Amino acid sequence: MKRFDPERVRHDVPELRRTVHGLEMAYLDSAASSLAPSSVIEAMSRYYERTHTNVHRGVYQIAEEATEAYELARRSVGSFIGAPHPDKEIVFTKNATESFNLFARAWGASVLGEGDVVVLTEMEHHANIVPWLQLKEERGIELRYLGVTDQFRLDLTRLDETLAGASLVSITAMSNVLGTIPPIRRIADAAHAAGALIAIDAAQLVGHAPMDVVDLGVDVACFSAHKMLGPTGIGVLWARAELLASMPPFLGGGGMILDVKLDSFKPADAPHRFEAGTPPIAEAVGLAAAVRYLRSLGMDAVAAHDLELTGYALERLGSQFGDKVRVYSPQDLVDRGGVLSLALEGVHAHDLAQVLDRHGVCVRPGHHCAKPLMRRLGVPATARVSFGPYSVERDIDALLGGIEHALGMFG
Amino acid sequence: MDDLEDLYREIILDHYRSPRNRGELPTPPAHRTEGFNPLCGDEIVLTIVLDDDVIEDVKVDGHGCSISQSSASLMTGVVKGKSIDDAKGAMRSFKRMMTVADEDDPDADEPIDVRKLGELAALQGVVKFPVRIKCATLAWNTLAQALVEMDA
Ligand SMILES: Cc1ncc(COP(=O)(O)O)c(C=O)c1O
Repeated sequence: MKRFDPERVRHDVPELRRTVHGLEMAYLDSAASSLAPSSVIEAMSRYYERTHTNVHRGVYQIAEEATEAYELARRSVGSFIGAPHPDKEIVFTKNATESFNLFARAWGASVLGEGDVVVLTEMEHHANIVPWLQLKEERGIELRYLGVTDQFRLDLTRLDETLAGASLVSITAMSNVLGTIPPIRRIADAAHAAGALIAIDAAQLVGHAPMDVVDLGVDVACFSAHKMLGPTGIGVLWARAELLASMPPFLGGGGMILDVKLDSFKPADAPHRFEAGTPPIAEAVGLAAAVRYLRSLGMDAVAAHDLELTGYALERLGSQFGDKVRVYSPQDLVDRGGVLSLALEGVHAHDLAQVLDRHGVCVRPGHHCAKPLMRRLGVPATARVSFGPYSVERDIDALLGGIEHALGMFG
Repeated sequence: MDDLEDLYREIILDHYRSPRNRGELPTPPAHRTEGFNPLCGDEIVLTIVLDDDVIEDVKVDGHGCSISQSSASLMTGVVKGKSIDDAKGAMRSFKRMMTVADEDDPDADEPIDVRKLGELAALQGVVKFPVRIKCATLAWNTLAQALVEMDA
């Protein structure tokens, strides 16, 4: 595996040139949103400076160029995740949250009824819980949950029982709180054996490790561009071609139809059927540039870099603070990514994050949109540390210094 | 890091470490109200007993950051044994200090005299950290809600 130099990545990311409180920024919040390299920002500016107009409408040159750029982005994202038919399978949405809502509304609301079962896990982000709770309220579907072990792994001891009779298993491919990567292939095989579909929340995985939807054996994947070095305002719903083709539209309007009469309409084929209205064109161009950038680093190398930093952080936190810092995250470097959640003895996560801010360290305090998981862990809030390809050991050193300060202040 | 010390003054840390009037009063006779700050997951349970127009007893339970918990503790010290009118007056002053004066506060635009706020003035530094204002006002907003629920 060829490794990249994180200092070179830092050089490519303009935001890392700014300081906070006069200090170099130690950005440890990539799980919330990642920092874009200038190639992404420039691709979007270039698009606005030279090519911008609406897509799928005009016949003039720039209209064709804009359409081409947008559709090219669809193909490049599709091939990045190993989609067999990107042109038919990649739907651009606003973010991962909208992707889940689109899937729940288009597929769930048309297929699921009273008593039909959707299996989730206790480590889901609210984006993969609330849309299903809405269907539970509206249509009486049943939700079942796979639990979380004390080692912060998915509890699969009762997998087959839980899947029996289910229509869908919708699970995270990497926890945004724990960093845990569940065995998706195994769960996908079990889901299919039970006659269920499987959807994954790939928001945390896709920008941090190699991901191939065919190898994973999944039917649906949802993610956001802004967590994979891309812009905000665009997300992706990938679904197997036959599945997507079978789904009715969710939002109606321009761009998603073949024909409209006064009393009826005919929807377009997938994926355009699911892209009502003017889509996020510049953002798609930015996402394609982010994919190019990630490919140039190599996803194996990105994953290895995250793990190396995770190992360093786990080791230093343990040796420097012992029991004073609890780490909610697997303690080994197997089947996990670069995310770990911390709780300090006697210091609330919010206070810790406030002190860390004065050290130039950006971490996220709170429940991380995973309240059921926080209840399971028995903590109201954690401070989450997460890495990106621009993260370096001195970011973690700054974190350690800030933790020392907070412990001294509140202890 | 001066403004950090301004935020986490010794009084605040002291009330955080040893909160006053902590716990829950039995209901009834106490009235019980819960307050949440979804931003950081702060939760406050306020139990309060009125005797006519006097706050005879009040306790706070819950969990959260040092700002929300110390503010709750400080609040109990200020309102316990006071008339409802006095408590509402302190609430208005406090919210003015936090720059989130109520719309119906006639003195909303008046400069506040922090000396009159007593120990509550310790929370003055919060204003420089706008996200934390919600933490500081949680207890007071919960008290306001409790008084509405009790028609007081
Ligand atoms: C695991 C996971 N799923 C879904 C989301 C939702 O992403 P977005 O807010 O971009 O829709 C996030 C990020 O917040 C996440 O971490």
